[in-house]
Amino acid sequence: MYALGVDVGSASSKAVILDRNRKIVAAEVVQAGTGTTGPRRVMEQIFSKTGLHREDIVKLVATGYGRMRFEGADRQFSEISCHARGVHYLVPEARTILDIGGQDAKAIRLGNGGEVKQFFMNDKCAAGTGRFLEVMARVLETDLERMAALDTAADSPVSISSTCTVFAESEVISQLSHGASRENIIAGVHNSVAAKACGLVGRCGVEGTVVMTGGVAQNAGVVRAVSRELNREILVAPNPQTAGALGAALYAWDDARRERGDETG
Amino acid sequence: MISTTGKSAKELLAYYQAKLDEEAREAKAQGKLVCWSASVAPPELCVAMDIAMVYPETHAAGIGARKGALDMLEVADRHGYSVDCCSYGRVNIGYMELLKEEALTGQTPEALAKSPAARIPLPDLIITCNNICNTLLKWYENLAVELNIPCIVIDVPFNHTMPVPEYAKEYIADEFRHAISQLEVICGRPFDYNKFREVRHQTQRSIAQWNRIAAMSRYKPSPLNGFDLFNYMALVVCARSRDYAEITFKKFADELEEKLKKGQFAFKGAEKNRITWEGIAVWPYLGQTFKTLKAQGTIMTGSAYPNMWDLSYDADDESLHSMAEAYTRTYINTCLENKVSTLLNIMENGQCDGVVYHLNRSCKLMSFLNVETAELIQEKNGLPYVSFDGDQTDPRNFAPAQYDTRVQTLSEMMEQSTGTES
Ligand code: SF4
Repeated sequence: MYALGVDVGSASSKAVILDRNRKIVAAEVVQAGTGTTGPRRVMEQIFSKTGLHREDIVKLVATGYGRMRFEGADRQFSEISCHARGVHYLVPEARTILDIGGQDAKAIRLGNGGEVKQFFMNDKCAAGTGRFLEVMARVLETDLERMAALDTAADSPVSISSTCTVFAESEVISQLSHGASRENIIAGVHNSVAAKACGLVGRCGVEGTVVMTGGVAQNAGVVRAVSRELNREILVAPNPQTAGALGAALYAWDDARRERGDETG
Repeated sequence: MISTTGKSAKELLAYYQAKLDEEAREAKAQGKLVCWSASVAPPELCVAMDIAMVYPETHAAGIGARKGALDMLEVADRHGYSVDCCSYGRVNIGYMELLKEEALTGQTPEALAKSPAARIPLPDLIITCNNICNTLLKWYENLAVELNIPCIVIDVPFNHTMPVPEYAKEYIADEFRHAISQLEVICGRPFDYNKFREVRHQTQRSIAQWNRIAAMSRYKPSPLNGFDLFNYMALVVCARSRDYAEITFKKFADELEEKLKKGQFAFKGAEKNRITWEGIAVWPYLGQTFKTLKAQGTIMTGSAYPNMWDLSYDADDESLHSMAEAYTRTYINTCLENKVSTLLNIMENGQCDGVVYHLNRSCKLMSFLNVETAELIQEKNGLPYVSFDGDQTDPRNFAPAQYDTRVQTLSEMMEQSTGTES
């Protein structure tokens, strides 16, 4: 028996399959989110990679921004609960999660059993999220992958003071026209994302091991900036983009076991 | 007078709301005085002088709920009002500008003609009170200047400590007496003190019935769906000094008691957990904010907002100190400690498992204190909470998906702690 979790985000779709022993069989990511072909493609992709079919899946749980519009799910859980479960599975000692996705950032404080104790999300604004980085990458004529490497070459990061993405964009343009190096601007952009996200962590209260998840956790520049800002070591969850889908799969696995009784135990 | 026996509370609510608007339009047509009033300003004074009352906040909420706010907000935008100002004020000022344009040109502006809001007449005087915010002072001063009409201000000091000190009550009672002298000038006749006493008694009868309804949420499961209070609130604001409110609320409270006896509950068998809603409703998304909660089996059984109209006082107290005390102790006119203890009581009475805080872009006083309030309350009762960004009547400041995620997570957190996970 298999259980599947799918995380339909604003910018990407993720899926994870667990087997009867709660081991991860596959984890897939498609860089297209809700309202696109992303959710369908990530399912096709994970089935073709594993050779499994929809009928092999006993339970399917959806999470993420597009969870309600995803057809064929047995249940939906919020991405907060799913990230908490996913991270607790991967890093049991984690007590604080910082997840930065395409259009939202969230800080979650976990209890000893991995339960959500408190969480805060960004307000109605893209500052401090993946979208903010995307906009900046475009202005700086680079891409998200190269930003982390460029960041390491910064010697004097500029300060980006605007919270608003649109204003920050014009701030970056004016920095460029004043001759600031791309490297220093990128480091400044990373610091700005970190400062905003760490504000959420601060409200939640930083405790124990801090783990980062979400697409932005793949950017080592942001991770370094967060670590500086919080003044602690940051663990990046393995395969950080799929932590939410993994949590959804764990919920699905529980449901499947409940339905199947001991047979799957 | 209609026969109330055959009518349900819901029908009475709709009937009296329409009747109040009709009365205001009629008064205007007959050349009688019409007054626009702030929602927690004392209506007792004007009602004693037979002045027809209109309540801009309730009117704006109605426009919001009927999805007509944007048109009015755009008028206010064009007149230079910042989007940072309270959206009740902006909707009302937009509406007033359209009414004024109509009065000056004889032509009904298109936005006014197609507005889903109930038609209200322009005021001849206005009355405001800063017991819930100071926005209401500037907003009403502005109305007075734009329309060149008298503005009665009941100034109420903020209560940095509780209970309310005697000197504050004396000061507010003086403000009432000053308003009375202003009304005598505006109406051109002596104040009717006998009617004033009667109106105070009527107000107390209405409030007693209102409190009967609010008390129904203490039962678990609850026969009362707390969101209904957001609808019935219209009458506690607009008609508490009339028997319209008393009749409707009594009917509703009786209906709820009957349901309780029969074991009929608001969510049938689906009540899983209970929340306190802190802040004003999101009127343009009232249905959606409710449905998201309901889908999780989460019922609202506590809210300090409708409770603001628990204006109980001693109607026989001619010094007016008791009435003064009622109008100043509204929880957002008091210190943080009192706000926290008010909310803790509401949560306890409603047997709530968590709180949803509306960080309302419009209402600075409620919102700015919420972050601190939430932390203090959690320290005391350990219950989970979430906050979401929104606005009571500016639909541009609310994102449904963000609300859904936060509310669903809260339900999941409450299930963790109450062990009701299915
Ligand atoms: S919503 Fe808040 S700011 Fe606006 S009038 Fe009411 S109390 Fe004042």
